[in-house]
Amino acid sequence: MSESKAPAATSGQAATSANVSPLGSEHLPDAALSIHDMTVAYHRKPVLWDVDIDVPAGKLCGIIGPNGAGKSTLIKAVMNLVPRVSGKVLIFGKPYEQNRHRVGYVPQRESVDWDFPVSALDVVCMGCYGRIGWLKPVSQKYRKLAMEALERVGLADLAKRQISQLSGGQQQRTFLARALVQNADLYLMDEPFAAVDAATERAIVEVLRELRANGKTVLVVHHDLQTVQEYFDHVIMINMRIVAHGATEQVFTPENLQKTYGGKLTLLAEAAHALAAGKRK
Amino acid sequence: MSRMLEALSTWEWSLDGWIVLAGVLCGVAAALPGCFLVLRRMSLMGDAISHAVLPGLAAAFFLTGSRASLPMFIGAAVVGVLTAVFVEWVSRFGKVDEGASMGVVFTTLFALGLVMIVQAADSVDLDPGCVLYGAIELTPLDTVSIAGLDIPRVVPILGAVTLINIVFIVLFYKELKISSFDPALATSLGINARLMNYLLMGMVAVTVVASFESVGNILVVAMLVVPGAAAHMLTDRLWVMLLLAGIIGAASAILGHISAIAIPPLFGYQSTNTAGMMALCAGAILALAVLFGPRYGLVSRAINKWRLSMSIASDDLLALLARGEENGYASLPTARLQSQLRLRAFSMRSVVRRLIALKSIIPLGTDLQLTEKGRGSAKNLLRSHRLWESYLSDQMGVRPDHVHASAERLEHVTDQQMREELAQSAPDGTDPHGHRVPEESEGE
Repeated sequence: MSESKAPAATSGQAATSANVSPLGSEHLPDAALSIHDMTVAYHRKPVLWDVDIDVPAGKLCGIIGPNGAGKSTLIKAVMNLVPRVSGKVLIFGKPYEQNRHRVGYVPQRESVDWDFPVSALDVVCMGCYGRIGWLKPVSQKYRKLAMEALERVGLADLAKRQISQLSGGQQQRTFLARALVQNADLYLMDEPFAAVDAATERAIVEVLRELRANGKTVLVVHHDLQTVQEYFDHVIMINMRIVAHGATEQVFTPENLQKTYGGKLTLLAEAAHALAAGKRK
Repeated sequence: MSRMLEALSTWEWSLDGWIVLAGVLCGVAAALPGCFLVLRRMSLMGDAISHAVLPGLAAAFFLTGSRASLPMFIGAAVVGVLTAVFVEWVSRFGKVDEGASMGVVFTTLFALGLVMIVQAADSVDLDPGCVLYGAIELTPLDTVSIAGLDIPRVVPILGAVTLINIVFIVLFYKELKISSFDPALATSLGINARLMNYLLMGMVAVTVVASFESVGNILVVAMLVVPGAAAHMLTDRLWVMLLLAGIIGAASAILGHISAIAIPPLFGYQSTNTAGMMALCAGAILALAVLFGPRYGLVSRAINKWRLSMSIASDDLLALLARGEENGYASLPTARLQSQLRLRAFSMRSVVRRLIALKSIIPLGTDLQLTEKGRGSAKNLLRSHRLWESYLSDQMGVRPDHVHASAERLEHVTDQQMREELAQSAPDGTDPHGHRVPEESEGE
């Protein structure tokens, strides 16, 4: 069982020794997620450069940027799902391997085969596998937890249904329930709003706010610029590098949007291309 | 028929019993890991590994100088895992898709194995033909003595592999499930999906090698893939799928041997190749599953479609009778209703029978008349139809003369709760054509 003690970001009375991040003084000491000078490459082609960010605990944080900007890559790199070329990542002050039980992941819906012979409840139970441990079956206790998570996203009636017989929005909510059952402190969600209907979107937002109210930190890869200000109090704007990050009202500005989506990145993109080809100019 | 019985009367448990047992063990052992291959859409991996293990076998022979089972299994398992690794590498670094990568890897390894075997062939009996096609009929001849019993040598080997596979899947059920369904999540939870993949490939390789002597490496591919594919047609639960695949694997073996003995005499031939017949039986079971599977089978889908169209036709018939009553006709002639519903005679008869059974209509000579119950259902249908018409024209801005067809479809999927919501947007109680919207009736 994870010790889900959210660090008190606002208490201000942490011990002095804990007041400096192991990553250096330019990082927040009590951030939920700190990334220091991280570069990520696929097949030697860098897709994310020199990422330096802190996400304070207890925030709902949107990750926005154009297609191919490296949004999914950012959260995958945090979880070591794609190899980092360089840089360090700390989750609540510790490397990912030591704190993986405090991280919940919601992958993109297309990343799995929905014809797989499992029910919605089975999928949600998978969120508990890390805690159950190797070789042990899923006990009644975890089934109950999974059922509660399904109730929270309004899918309790469909628990026994095979997952291909759920609508797109219901599938997305199943994934969300699976993340909830992980009872993590930091959630990384890859496009949970992709191709869902308005009702599902409202339901998901409600759950996200509930998580924040409980002191959880949530990072969401997001596409709809219209709703950024409404949903997120923190925003990370990326396009192969961090363009801006911080409180939404401060960084979600027309200038930063222009920098993120404006297409003035040809030099960086070209250099990445050259690196991939392995030749010098 | 008598020829079949005559052929089967030569059945001898001390021979045929062992053959069937070897086949059953082989079918079960292969079907279990095969399910995961099917689910991972890696069915060809079974084919690839069954060929690619050849150099592993040859290497094991070169190193130990014997055909003892254990070194062979170790060699095969190692090469099986290597095949998975190589396939990954070739597709990643060679920029080709997994299918092409498998094609490259297994043909190359198979070729290497052939070369090695031919080198060894001078000194040893490692017969490529036997490896390819197997010789299950000969299994009872090559026995070992265990606890005073003469048991065919392959039976304890296949039994051990079957047991290993069952134990492995029971122990790692959860891990195999999550690694197959969502490897990224598995990895993020600390379950090494790649390791599970390699273990699965090792299991496939060992199964393949154990099955070589009985069904041969071409037919073991059928036993790996076909039972799993058939089971997937039949269920939505992974553990049920594994169970069914095992049963189908075993059934194919039993039916395979029986038909190998019994079917050829019908055409005046001697018995035929059992291993081939087993694979054929597995294929036949798959065909049956595709046709008659309860939810995904073609037949049940056709039946569901028929039922739906019957239920829609019934709704329409009730609505026609209710409209007739509104216009002062207490009953309507069956023939006229049939032509208005554009139904064939057979469908019309089914619809009428269904509605009479439901006590919604009663026949009146050649006419049909609504019962009280049928009138209630019909009124609610008319209500749905007219509410939709007014909703579509008032709220959605559809032209009043265009709403009928859409309402005709929507009325069949509208329940009471939806009608209440719709009614709030049509307060004046008439549809766009000026017809009165009937009140909600009890008990549909």
